[in-house]
Amino acid sequence: MFSPARFFETGAAPIVAPEQAVNPQTDPLIWFLQTFITLFVIMNVVLVTMAYQTWAERKVIARMQLRHGPNQTGPMGLLQPIADAVKMLGKEFVVPREADKPVFMIAPIMSFIPAVAAFAIIPWGDARSEGLLGGWIRPAIANLNIGILYMLALSSVGVYGIIMAGYSSGNKYSMLGALRSSGQVVSYELTLGISLIGVLIQSGTLNLNDIVRQQQASIWFIFPQFFGFVVFLISGIAETNRNPFDLPEAESELVAGFHLEYSGMSFGLFYLAEYISMNAIAALAAILFFGGWAPPFDIVPFTLIPGPIWLFLKFAFFLFLYYWIRSTLPRFRYDQLMGLAWKVLFPIALANLVITAVVKLIGVHMGWWV
Amino acid sequence: MSETPTFEHSETYKRSSERRMRLNMGPQHPSTHGVLQIILDLEGEVVMRCDPVPGYLHRGTEKLAEERYYNQIIPLTDRLDYVSAFNNNVAYCIPVEKLLGIEIPERAMWLRVILMELQRIASHLIWYGTSLMDLGAITAFLYAMREREKILDIFEMACGARLTYSYCRVGGLLADTPPGFEEKVAEFVKDFPKAWKEYTDLVSKNPIFMDRTMGVGVVTPEDAIDMGLTGPSLRGSGVDWDIRKNEPYYGYDLIDFAIPLGTKGDCYDRYLCRMEEMMQSNRIVEQALKFLKPGPVKAPDPKITLPPKELSMSQAEAMQRHFYQVIHGFSVPVGETYGKIEASKGELGFYIISDGSSHPYRMKIRAPSYVNLQSLPLMTEGRMVSDVITCIGTIDIVLGEVDR
Repeated sequence: MFSPARFFETGAAPIVAPEQAVNPQTDPLIWFLQTFITLFVIMNVVLVTMAYQTWAERKVIARMQLRHGPNQTGPMGLLQPIADAVKMLGKEFVVPREADKPVFMIAPIMSFIPAVAAFAIIPWGDARSEGLLGGWIRPAIANLNIGILYMLALSSVGVYGIIMAGYSSGNKYSMLGALRSSGQVVSYELTLGISLIGVLIQSGTLNLNDIVRQQQASIWFIFPQFFGFVVFLISGIAETNRNPFDLPEAESELVAGFHLEYSGMSFGLFYLAEYISMNAIAALAAILFFGGWAPPFDIVPFTLIPGPIWLFLKFAFFLFLYYWIRSTLPRFRYDQLMGLAWKVLFPIALANLVITAVVKLIGVHMGWWV
Repeated sequence: MSETPTFEHSETYKRSSERRMRLNMGPQHPSTHGVLQIILDLEGEVVMRCDPVPGYLHRGTEKLAEERYYNQIIPLTDRLDYVSAFNNNVAYCIPVEKLLGIEIPERAMWLRVILMELQRIASHLIWYGTSLMDLGAITAFLYAMREREKILDIFEMACGARLTYSYCRVGGLLADTPPGFEEKVAEFVKDFPKAWKEYTDLVSKNPIFMDRTMGVGVVTPEDAIDMGLTGPSLRGSGVDWDIRKNEPYYGYDLIDFAIPLGTKGDCYDRYLCRMEEMMQSNRIVEQALKFLKPGPVKAPDPKITLPPKELSMSQAEAMQRHFYQVIHGFSVPVGETYGKIEASKGELGFYIISDGSSHPYRMKIRAPSYVNLQSLPLMTEGRMVSDVITCIGTIDIVLGEVDR
């Protein structure tokens, strides 16, 4: 009954949903144009969100710390992200003499691309629907059937950027940061993956859009998968190297860790990558456990608000959680970090996985699992 | 190259040296609290050897003091432990006053006690903020700054300066405090426990903080005494030694306060000690305010303290004295003495040798941070890099005092 193949069959939709007007086989040009426009819109949304997320983070944390945050650049400091971007673009890209030059140049790109690519499969609305403007802006760039695997793969690739940066900088602090990072990401990826399998078993699909549709039909997966959610959230924070797991770039210990030797826009790419992958984890948490674009109740005042806004609200909640944690907690030590992953999170995730599987097995046998 | 055998030449070192990485932490590093350099030999993340290298902030204070009149040395002492400048002022004035054989007036004494204790709170707040920032909790720093700001306002009211006060003079204080000073201090004393509770709520029971500090940087009482640690670093190890209690000066024997002691000697105990000391200092200030009566703040010895401004502007005699003191200072009888106080970091002592002239023949500063710093290798060797940062934070060093 639980052959791996079944995960790919159940609830799986073709790459382009059948309801979609344009078929890539028959109208490749229009399909390509539509995809291109969707890509353009969604990537802009992602990058602008990311830019204003840094502003929001500064404001929120400043308020928590009895400060005001940026307030000189434009009204309420709203032009701060633009000023930051201009500053970064204007700076010189310095390659240290000790650096391994080609690796040093590729590392920020290696870190940036997987972070952005994760947004290709985030559904901002029901991916089986037509989307805005008669299908010209689709709710998701790609409605991928192996969505979760794609996400996990990208987050694994992201760590290569960090390791390459740390290794190629020729700096001891960077090297330590990279070593810490590789250990950390490998451990937390495991717990992240296992916590997701609970959701997979529950929903029987890897497609993010179908997972959301199932939650819309039943309940949000945070309720049946609460422990999975907790493990996912903690591992997600660790995966994106945020407080209290920001060991690879621990400012007070390793100065800046793996991106110590980077300057200008090459540093900017790491910075962008960190925030975008933080967004991706927040979006993934919203989609997998909080019903994504689906409104919490299928009744009138809630259904009037469109899907993207629901996703944004849920996603903003997680980002706020990130800021809150960052401004409150001190940092772990390396061995404690590993201890947390292997001694606490791993058993919880595994127990959650086994219990979910057993409950589903019994449910299917007894006939009450639909 | 010299052939002197050092630790690096030894067999044990050579055997493992290939796997080691030498990391020069500092002098430009965000958490060495200034310009401390620490040479670390690492195996992976584990510290095999830790070698603190002070000296990057050496300004020759002791030598400079030999060229200055006694009152001119006070600004130099401000720059030793610059986060608790007033304690340094007092610690310097005590041996000079002892050599001169003068008593400072009652009001000056209690004002010194109040300001010293406020300064101790301010200094501990800086420690609280920076040591937690080293651990990655940035919010604590800004919360600590809020209360410190109030203390600095009190100091600003008293003497006009916010960091380097030079408010003490040999034989008392520069001038009396303005009206409203006592009310302001009383208000601070009333509000501080609430803020203190916020600090402890934020940090004390935080599981990550406890994990980071408990059992880290353990110093046994014997080691602490052998290394000459003083202050909270010593009391965290459970040694009951506080100069305010054991050798009371300035009416500390009239005041009821407790000396917090640790039991395990780890970073967490030192943290708790310092936190409790802030509350005890608050109590001391509260009680000292009751002793504070109006009166003169300068010793009535016209050879040592400047005459009041009205007199020196109206009487020829007073003006001559003023003039003579400004250009020549005052002479101190031949002799040598050691004066000490319990400063915020530990025992701060000044050893002064006078040859009878108007400037000291030699001045030696016993700086608590310098002595406490030597416990760093003991705390960190065999532990991880992150613990080095925790331990630097917990020793509470100020490089101005370490290097002098």
